[in-house]
Amino acid sequence: MKDTPLSNCERDFLLKAIEEKKRLDGRQTYDYRNIKITFGTDYGCCFVDLGKTRVMAQVSCELVAPKESRPNEGVLFFNIELSPMASPAFEQGRQSELSVKLNRQLERCFRNSKCIDTESLCVVSGEKVWQIRVDVHTLNHDGNLMDAATVAAITALCHFRRPDVSIQGEEITVYTPEEREPIPLSIYHMPISVSFSFFQQGTYLLVDPCEREERVMDGLLMIAMNKHREICSIQSSGGIMLLKEQVLRCSKIASVKVSEITTLIGKALENDKKARKAGEKCGFAESMSQERITTLIVDETPVEMTDVVEQADDIIKNSKAPPETPSSPVVPAPGVGQVGQGLQNSWGLEEQDSEEEEDMVVEVQPKKKIAKGDIVEISDSEEDEVVILQPEAPVKKSTAHQKGATTSKKKK
Amino acid sequence: MIAMEVRKSSDVSLREFGCEQNLLSRPDGSASFVQGDTSVLAGMYGPAEVKVSKEIYDRATLEVLIQPKVGLPSVRERSLEQCVRETCEASLLSFLYPRSSLTLILQVVHDDGSLLSCLLNGACMALMDAGLPMSCLFCGVTCAINADGEIITDPTAAQEKQCRAILTFAIDSTDRKVMMSSTRGSFSVHELQECIAVCQKASEKLFKFYRDSVQRRYSKTV
Repeated sequence: MKDTPLSNCERDFLLKAIEEKKRLDGRQTYDYRNIKITFGTDYGCCFVDLGKTRVMAQVSCELVAPKESRPNEGVLFFNIELSPMASPAFEQGRQSELSVKLNRQLERCFRNSKCIDTESLCVVSGEKVWQIRVDVHTLNHDGNLMDAATVAAITALCHFRRPDVSIQGEEITVYTPEEREPIPLSIYHMPISVSFSFFQQGTYLLVDPCEREERVMDGLLMIAMNKHREICSIQSSGGIMLLKEQVLRCSKIASVKVSEITTLIGKALENDKKARKAGEKCGFAESMSQERITTLIVDETPVEMTDVVEQADDIIKNSKAPPETPSSPVVPAPGVGQVGQGLQNSWGLEEQDSEEEEDMVVEVQPKKKIAKGDIVEISDSEEDEVVILQPEAPVKKSTAHQKGATTSKKKK
Repeated sequence: MIAMEVRKSSDVSLREFGCEQNLLSRPDGSASFVQGDTSVLAGMYGPAEVKVSKEIYDRATLEVLIQPKVGLPSVRERSLEQCVRETCEASLLSFLYPRSSLTLILQVVHDDGSLLSCLLNGACMALMDAGLPMSCLFCGVTCAINADGEIITDPTAAQEKQCRAILTFAIDSTDRKVMMSSTRGSFSVHELQECIAVCQKASEKLFKFYRDSVQRRYSKTV
């Protein structure tokens, strides 16, 4: 599926509007869209809505063997999936440039900044450590996937609880959530990325570009910072040349935005914690607002089962009897089976039998009628004579051997 | 022949279900369907351009993609995709769009049992939201037979683990006939017919829900 191309008049309109300091959705130059954070039913599942851009992050853990170079550190694995749902341009399975770029940026932002204490993830040094896997699924692409993905990833990591482990000598016990309360991860700081898009060779700057603006931009500057004003990662792409003052100005703007977003994340985590403590049901279903006209929720309803048995009986009575079961497979040789009527295919048997030129003393036995349901085994030791496929004599002849004759298949 | 009768269980019910339509801006049709704790997000693109290698001269090419929550799609997702695709192809009027593609993407948000029926319901709502012409609507109902021989509809993951058989049926809206069935476990012919009858009864509720939610949505004209 191809995405609809951007028309020239749309491009010119957008650029002209940016020159006049106007944006499509009426925002100011440094304004972010509305961020909404919701959590799923289980720990570590988080949805982030950045305007219309929607992503979902899920954190999971597994016990694995550690890397050889770092035997007492846990493993962090990030994967951002550009789902075809997010945009018609994304294809399933294809590693597009954007997907590689986002994955790499996410890794640099979180792994290289050491925001998670990986040593606390060690269970048995050199043998068993926790592997924390973060899967970010993009659900709707309306620009600025990177920021939404970092917010979702760090919120999900803060929300996640891993199972409790206890070591007694050689034995390791991993407790289920019912046995012991799961423990949160130890996170030092929360890196959050802020994206700046540049237009007209760096003259104009916009924060949090939407999808249309991303299409006409010249370059993108991504700054990942935490609320302590430490820069975790900077990435400039698109080949634009920025002045030192511009980069410093962007980092100042980023620090303001990051502190706002961090407070928002903190509030969302607090609310969720309170709701779970109070025993309320948390999940995607609860986050669907009932007032919207496009939503409808129905409570638990019983299903009538009054005349189900009678209905079933009727159907079975009126249905036809099942067709005759086919005769059991005929086994000409080990590993070969034949079902149904037709020529007796003795392809491949000839070589086998010619090898075994044994003198078999066979008693004359009456020809047994093959009972239905028995598996007929035709092997070398049987007294039946199997005729090799010939146009004149295709029918299998089973004759009783005379004493003294060999049971080799005679080729006519 | 021993007839394994299924005893009537007193608490045969469908969990609370809900749906939200048109929640994503990029796909042509989108819906989220929630059954208890199991929730699924469906997005639909189409009719759109199709790759020459995949085009069919007289019909639209339907592609279904199921994305699991953790990890990459595996064989399990492929088999679910096949079930959903066959049901959709049977109900969509795909001959109206030759040499086009219809892409349905389903994202598993949370799996707490009855996943296949939730995927089918989400798919039908997304197809309706996209406005694609269909000969009939379809819904998915899962029922399970537990160790005591009782039928449970819409089982949770915990209930599914203890059951000896799990049966999922896709039921069509015009004649309440079975469009697709996917079963796991062993059961007798009589039990199968009883499960089908129970699912047909349960599908009434789902079709009423479809009607109500679409009615609610279009109750206000813009």
